[in-house]
Amino acid sequence: MTDPAIELIGISKAFGPVQANKDISIRVMPGTIHGIIGENGAGKSTLMSILYGFYKADAGDIFIGGKKTLIPDSQAAISAGIGMVFQHFKLVENFTVLENIVLGAEDGAFLAPSLRKARKELTELAAEYELNVDPDAVIEEIGVGMQQRVEILKALYRRADILILDEPTGVLTPAEADQLFRILQRLKEEGKTIILITHKLREIMDATDTVSVMRRGEMTATVKTSETSPEELAELMVGRKVLLRVDKKPANVGAPVLEVENLNVVDDAGVHRVKDVSFSVRAGEILGIAGVAGNGQSELLEVLGGYQTATGIVRVNGTEIDLTGKHSDGQSRRNRGIAHVPEDRQREGLIMDFHAWENVAFGYHHDPAYQKNAWLMDNAAIKKDTAEKMERFDVRPPNPALNAKNFSGGNQQKIVLAREIERNPDLLLVGQPTRGVDIGAIEFIHQQIVSLRDQGKAILLVSVELEEIMSLADRIAVMFDGKIMGERLPQDTDEKELGLLMAGMSGRAA
Amino acid sequence: MFLDLVQVFDSSFRMATPLLLACLAGLFSERAGIFDIGLEGKMLAAAFLSAAVAAMTGSVWLGLLAGIGASVVMSVVHGLASITFRGDQIISGVAINFLAAGLTVVVSQSWFGQGGRTPQLTGAGRFETLDMPGALQGAEKASANPMMHLYSELVSGHTILVYLALLMVPLSWYVLYRTRFGLRLRAVGENPAAVDTAGVNVVFLRYSAVLICGVLCGIAGAYLATALQAGFVKEMTAGRGFIALAALIFAKWRPWHALYACMLFGFLQALALRPDLIEKYLAIKVQVQLLDALPYILTVVILAGLVGKATPPKAGGQAYVKEN
Amino acid sequence: MKPIPRWADVALIPLVSVAFAAICAALLLLAINEKPIEALMLMIDGTLFRSSGWGFMLYYTTNFIFTGLAVSVAFHAALFNIGGEGQAMLGGLGVALVCLFIPWPHWTLAILGATAGAMLFGAMWAAIPAYLQAKRGSHIVITTIMFNFIAAALLNYLLVNTLKKPGSMDPATDSFPVATHLPTFQDMSALLGFEKMFRGSPANVSFFLALIACVLVWFLIWRTRLGFQIRAFGKSPTAANYAGISPTWIIMIAMVISGALAGMMAVNTTQGEAERLILNFTEGAGFLGIAVALMGRSHPFGVLVAALLFGFLFQGGAELGFWTSIPRELILVIQALVILFVGALDNMVRMLVGQIFASLGYKG
Repeated sequence: MTDPAIELIGISKAFGPVQANKDISIRVMPGTIHGIIGENGAGKSTLMSILYGFYKADAGDIFIGGKKTLIPDSQAAISAGIGMVFQHFKLVENFTVLENIVLGAEDGAFLAPSLRKARKELTELAAEYELNVDPDAVIEEIGVGMQQRVEILKALYRRADILILDEPTGVLTPAEADQLFRILQRLKEEGKTIILITHKLREIMDATDTVSVMRRGEMTATVKTSETSPEELAELMVGRKVLLRVDKKPANVGAPVLEVENLNVVDDAGVHRVKDVSFSVRAGEILGIAGVAGNGQSELLEVLGGYQTATGIVRVNGTEIDLTGKHSDGQSRRNRGIAHVPEDRQREGLIMDFHAWENVAFGYHHDPAYQKNAWLMDNAAIKKDTAEKMERFDVRPPNPALNAKNFSGGNQQKIVLAREIERNPDLLLVGQPTRGVDIGAIEFIHQQIVSLRDQGKAILLVSVELEEIMSLADRIAVMFDGKIMGERLPQDTDEKELGLLMAGMSGRAA
Repeated sequence: MFLDLVQVFDSSFRMATPLLLACLAGLFSERAGIFDIGLEGKMLAAAFLSAAVAAMTGSVWLGLLAGIGASVVMSVVHGLASITFRGDQIISGVAINFLAAGLTVVVSQSWFGQGGRTPQLTGAGRFETLDMPGALQGAEKASANPMMHLYSELVSGHTILVYLALLMVPLSWYVLYRTRFGLRLRAVGENPAAVDTAGVNVVFLRYSAVLICGVLCGIAGAYLATALQAGFVKEMTAGRGFIALAALIFAKWRPWHALYACMLFGFLQALALRPDLIEKYLAIKVQVQLLDALPYILTVVILAGLVGKATPPKAGGQAYVKEN
Repeated sequence: MKPIPRWADVALIPLVSVAFAAICAALLLLAINEKPIEALMLMIDGTLFRSSGWGFMLYYTTNFIFTGLAVSVAFHAALFNIGGEGQAMLGGLGVALVCLFIPWPHWTLAILGATAGAMLFGAMWAAIPAYLQAKRGSHIVITTIMFNFIAAALLNYLLVNTLKKPGSMDPATDSFPVATHLPTFQDMSALLGFEKMFRGSPANVSFFLALIACVLVWFLIWRTRLGFQIRAFGKSPTAANYAGISPTWIIMIAMVISGALAGMMAVNTTQGEAERLILNFTEGAGFLGIAVALMGRSHPFGVLVAALLFGFLFQGGAELGFWTSIPRELILVIQALVILFVGALDNMVRMLVGQIFASLGYKG
């Protein structure tokens, strides 16, 4: 019997009180694609960081090709034949493809011979694995799919036998993802070993030979992919049957609250992000916007939230709102009855170094109820209000004096939701409401959104999780490349059709 | 007029030399992602120790070595603060400037008791000018042709450090753009994570850059005290570290452009020494203070993006923390 | 890094840092064959055991409170204002113009006018780099450094050419009219019957102006909506953007307040002490504000304490320069060490303190 390409025995790693990896053992045979699946925060990335020498494990051993191997740094990982494609690419943006590939793997002190050699080898690799890239293209000028290829080529150029990919499809369209999986298949045929880390069940089912499931830092199971089902994996991931549908009454729809006509956004770098988008959201309904990350949804939310300029017409309750100028900011939007739960709560929704009570006043700091007089704020009133909101939204621990960063992801999100929903807005903008949130909190957050809808408010939901869109939205619009590809009713469509729309293909033909 | 111009240009070379060395020093550091507003302090420390050692030993070369040593020690402090302990690079630079300003006076007072000066340097304690073959001497000057004047004043007749500084320009360019070290150095200033995951030691690279910066600042400081002047006086760098910083921005962090920027600023400094010349030839009275302030005003104009945009290295000023 | 209790974070860390700085300074003194303990005793004796010592110390402290508050307010907006020196110089210009060209009937009015002039000119000098940062993205650290040099050149030009007292070789303005002269601590204690107190020392009523500034800045930062917005922007510009807090507005207002505070230092030096505008009257106090703000954790109370410490060091250093062969530039070294340990090597000190708490069994 051949030795496994890579074998981990009893790996443990703690960050302070948090046990990120607990006694993890895994063996991956050469020439296979092995999936590792788990929720956000299950410890997948920590494990891979240990394997790539970023962190030192507290306990446990790593065997590569049957030999016990120490990996104190990235250099050691590379010499051991491990190549890593990170979720966020590690490329020097103003360097060429060739320079990025050569970086760290040069031959000798002078560049010219290294670059010559790499150029030749790149042509060979391109032919062997069908990985065509222009060696002289500058990274910041090529697309993400291409950048990912450069990352793979970097690993191959360093003679990696084991390739680890961390959430590789997060930024890809389904079509680009398919192409990636064809490349991985090809690499596997050439004898490479591949570890695919993802939280998407479909990728595991489609691409892998074996799969390990991680939950809360532990490896809960390793099975042959052909002998399992998505349902079983999902249950292993979260530890119980997953409730995929939210209970909700049929929508009781009223007049349009938000009307968007021919909206266009060109960002600071001159990229046309949103192209001629028109849609409306009526009172009492949830419009879900589906799409792969980076197809204009974020910019759409930013425009409606008041911090991205745009052209076109946007009406709220029948009156037009400004899309540029000084009446186009978060404050003006709030005055018009728009509340916004932003996609990135750590960078936008909350100030991590502020107390919970300061965060509850944040954005609404002009509210007369929060002022003592013309000069001073009424901190006592804010604290009292915060304590009440924390109780109603079941934020734990219910302590207004704690800093935002000391709450878990789910509780942070509840603070943002409490702040925005309790303003009783006419229109709620919600981006990625459950990203990085544990299952229990997801249900609560979904219920809150649905109950706001049932009070007759309009809700615009943006999510990259198709399941979330399918279960919450009353209508679904799919964005691709800045355009709305089509609108569907959840009961009249399925994930396959939406997937095609997300890839920019008109779904009707399918 | 011709002779006056030649003299001003000659003086520009001498004024530009410390700027150029310090500017290239800053270039290496900032290209590696370590901001350095402590160029001034490093030069000052080097100026003092080089003059002190040259005065005590009578050897300018030992003085130069000591000056480099002093500057490198300051660099190590900056490296510790900004690389090892991931502190604020600006604050560390500020501290180094004050540290040098204070230490040089305290120590020179203790060693020489001359109110923060070193003794006047003479003979082998100072860098001598090099006369190139055929350069005009004394009385020959009166009758010689203009080309010979240019040759004698501009090409010939500088100290070795002036030539060294000029040589550093192509050398820096070659190292940055044509060697493995340069590729890695530029990469670590743009995206240290890319360098780290490629298996290259970020800390080592950044320390190397900071040390190169120390060596070059050391030469710049030694030049001030042992070539341009004959000894150390307190605060003798007089803002040159900041002019070098301004030149670095002006040059948009590129070696050849650093040369042009430093020559321009050196020229302005040379003019400021001879305000009478401007009045004589252009018939306008230019305030010395305006010439003094001009490098800073020009830099603000560049920073304001009125003449092209100066984009610093992307990872500049940030400590590297591993994450994925 | 190991967790540390909040009280240690607030009080112990700065103290440990200052202790490190003191130890380094003592080692320096030993290295140049001086006696650190005797030097310290001399500093204490010359500063704390004599009322004129206090008078000098509080004079310096007044400067440092203003410049320390200036740097602190900018810090709260995550802006590093290294331009306190230049802003103070311009403040001096403002004070001089107000005192020279407006016929003030009494100092109580003159101090209000001079303060307004100092604030206006200091604010103006900070507003340009602020505008460039907000609108053009020009790095404010670099522009404020450049503006220090430009301010020095400008002041030099004005004092040599335009504002110089006619017929004088001295680059300084004429003396301000007597009606603008501020009561010193000596004058005030004489009123109370202690005629021998604070003799010959420059501390004056602007010290109380500095204390008022401390209180007002505290209210501004922690109790007003503007302060809330400044802190929000400082902690997270992206979140501030989301909430509709205009970055341009915050950068401008924070820098303008910062510049105004730095400028106010000139009320103490120019109106209170020199009673005319002279070259280099800032004496590096603008830069010292950085050390004061870092040590005081950008909190007005911390700034007050740090400013007292540095006032003591400044006066003590002058005593050393007077009585021993230790030059007063020793203060620059101490200032540098404080900035280094409190600011740049903050993480090192934290690691050490964290280790100690961990070994004592503290778990956060």
